[in-house]
Amino acid sequence: MHHDSFFYLALVYLTAAVIAVPIAKRLGLGSVLGYLMAGMLIGPHLLGLIGEEGQDVMHFAEFGVVMMLFVIGLELEPSLLWRMRSAILGLGGLQVAGTAIIIGGLAFLAGLSWQASAALGMILSLSSTAIVLQTLNEKGLIKTTSGQSSFAVLLFQDIAVIPMLAIFPLLAIQTAGTDSASSQTWVGSLPAWLQTVVVLGAVGLIIAGGRFIIRPAFRFIAQTRLLELFTAAALLLVIAIAVLMTTVGLSPALGTFLAGVVLANSEYRHELISDIEPFKGLLLGLFFISVGASINFSLIVADPGSILILVLGLMLVKGLVLFVLGKVYKIGTDQNLIFSFALSQVGEFAFVLFSFALQNGIFDAELTGKMVAVVALSMAMTPLIMTLNEKVLLPKFGTEKTNDREADEIQEDNPVIIAGFDRFGNTVGRLLKANGIGTTVLDNDSDRVDTLRKLGLKVYYGDATRHELLHAAGADKAKLMIIAYEESEKNENLVHLVKKHFPHLQILVRTSDRTESYRLIEQGVDHVYRETLDTALRMGVDAMRMLGIRGFHAQRAANMFRKHDETVLKNLSAVRKDKKVYFSMAKSAIAELEDLIQADMADTDLERDAGWDSDSLREEVLARFQTPPKPEEPKVTS
Amino acid sequence: MPRILILFAHPRLEKSRINLQLIKDITTIPGVTFRDLYEEYPDFDVDIKAEQQLLLEHDVIVFHHPFYWYSAPPLIKQWIDLVLAHGWAYGSAGRMLEGKFWLQIITSGGPESSYQATGGARFTIREYLIPFEQTARLCKMTFLPPLAIQGTHRMTSEELGIHSRRYQKLISGLADGSIRSEELTPFSYTKDYFESVEGK
Repeated sequence: MHHDSFFYLALVYLTAAVIAVPIAKRLGLGSVLGYLMAGMLIGPHLLGLIGEEGQDVMHFAEFGVVMMLFVIGLELEPSLLWRMRSAILGLGGLQVAGTAIIIGGLAFLAGLSWQASAALGMILSLSSTAIVLQTLNEKGLIKTTSGQSSFAVLLFQDIAVIPMLAIFPLLAIQTAGTDSASSQTWVGSLPAWLQTVVVLGAVGLIIAGGRFIIRPAFRFIAQTRLLELFTAAALLLVIAIAVLMTTVGLSPALGTFLAGVVLANSEYRHELISDIEPFKGLLLGLFFISVGASINFSLIVADPGSILILVLGLMLVKGLVLFVLGKVYKIGTDQNLIFSFALSQVGEFAFVLFSFALQNGIFDAELTGKMVAVVALSMAMTPLIMTLNEKVLLPKFGTEKTNDREADEIQEDNPVIIAGFDRFGNTVGRLLKANGIGTTVLDNDSDRVDTLRKLGLKVYYGDATRHELLHAAGADKAKLMIIAYEESEKNENLVHLVKKHFPHLQILVRTSDRTESYRLIEQGVDHVYRETLDTALRMGVDAMRMLGIRGFHAQRAANMFRKHDETVLKNLSAVRKDKKVYFSMAKSAIAELEDLIQADMADTDLERDAGWDSDSLREEVLARFQTPPKPEEPKVTS
Repeated sequence: MPRILILFAHPRLEKSRINLQLIKDITTIPGVTFRDLYEEYPDFDVDIKAEQQLLLEHDVIVFHHPFYWYSAPPLIKQWIDLVLAHGWAYGSAGRMLEGKFWLQIITSGGPESSYQATGGARFTIREYLIPFEQTARLCKMTFLPPLAIQGTHRMTSEELGIHSRRYQKLISGLADGSIRSEELTPFSYTKDYFESVEGK
């Protein structure tokens, strides 16, 4: 076997990824774990398909992390940061500081040097953005209190990585005896205070460069209209910063993150993100595979007990800190449980920081190997404990439990059930309530549920796609089922369930776009409501009026257009089945727009109301007078 | 058999004691198509083509509505404006409604005695309905004497029952051919027809 041939390595890595990741996703474990498991499988400790060269691949793949930070920087809109400032700084700051101090303290008591303890505390305080956001997204929790709080904490952690990367060399310099890596650069030979000055100088350079050099350069490149050139330029930017940073002995990740933030407000933001994204994803995948491959099973096998205790202890500490903070920030109990469990693992940045710390001589290889295994295991446990929380803890301590008394007396004879009570559902609900129509509301944001309960609404917490919950909500006696979740998948599942178990219910479904509407129409749903249609038409009416078209005409034109559009939606839904086979998603969207515009042109009645239009009457009256009138002086008198 | 189309218009039907009772047994008469216009077009967006198609399929067009401000509720006017189009319903080329009958069923709060030259309303129902009569004529339709159910403010349930039965009798009679439209035309009001028949 040509173990060192590039193609052989590519074959092994890609095969492992293509097989392991889909399986992991299917099992609900998420892609990061899939990559890790792929790595473990092909690594020297199991199948041995790759050997020590995995380390080189890992160094190469670390560049994916650099790119990830660039993208994170780009996505950090200053306005978003500002809006969430109290949650980010308060909740996030306290979480990182609290966890770092407790874990660092424990490590110090366990006999590590204070530098190693501090570094360990900082590294382990981080959580996995990839795993948490993905898990919360899949469970439809991202918009709930727990989701938003998690997001704020993760955001703070992402930012906190930057100062950590800057601090680590300082920690290492104190133990200069073991340090050989950082002295290779000229910065490494400088005294600590001067290094800090260099850090600040480099930061300033990147900010100024982003403002005054990069943007005009991108404008110049964009004018060539060559897409691949823009991609090349984006890659060049990231690599150039990385090289520059490495030359001065600083973290490339820090540099690209800053460049990202500087460019976050630029007009090229979205292009940059979409250009870098595939490289980032691929390299990160590669990185996780190499981490998996580097997990030393002999370390675990040699001492499984202590590793397990470390993993559980670590997650317990992290979870407790989060839970206490959640209490301080008045998050409801079950949202708090979700929040605490979701963030209790250690994140992918730990792998980067561990290898960085190893290079800086803060940790020795054995501790690093052990901790990498601990981190990977904690990540692997996350989906498991999230499920455990959902199935065992929430039913015991959550809001759901508190409705047992009401469920006993069968008072739920409201004619309407609303599933999903965010900004969309609550407008529907308020309208119905204002008109004295009883509604039973199902929602999966327990804080919102508690608030609504206090206001006297019949609200059930929980996943409406569960048959028992629908039953408890009175689906047997209700007349209408309003399905208004934001996530289309949830809506479709619920439609399926209602059609199966409660066929007497009339179903009204919110959809976000035409594609979703088509799918629902195919499922036999007659009442499909695209959430943006009416607003867009109202805007169109106002636009027409601002152009001087009279209000009544504009309003009727919009009414007519809506009816026409709904007919077209139903017609195209029938045609679509054949088409979607041939077109990719993006292409079919364009093809569909074409169909739509053609349908608009074909329907000549879109502008009519002949009853108020006296043109034809005038013609007839004119025709009755024998002498054809001259254009200048009409002969008609009454 | 003549086919009957009832175009019913009441913006507040759910609160109308009289009209709820009146339409109760009308909707199920065979050969009758009952259309609740305010239910059909809450946004006044009258579907012109559908309405014209319905007109073609029927022979007697009944407009049933309360007598608001000495006229019909606005949706009836909207319907007339849009559906009775030039070149279709009237005009030299508009002959689609030729030979059909126009019948109005009206409920008014004020009593019959008020709708006289000497009464509070100063004019008769027929006088107030002249615009409708002329509309029917322009569309080459025959305007039948209206059925006016008056004095509803103080109407007892027995009286309402009488009116209800007359209304039913009229519609089912027209539908099964036991009352021919031509029999009605000599009278000013359909009520007079019933009194002459019942008096016999």
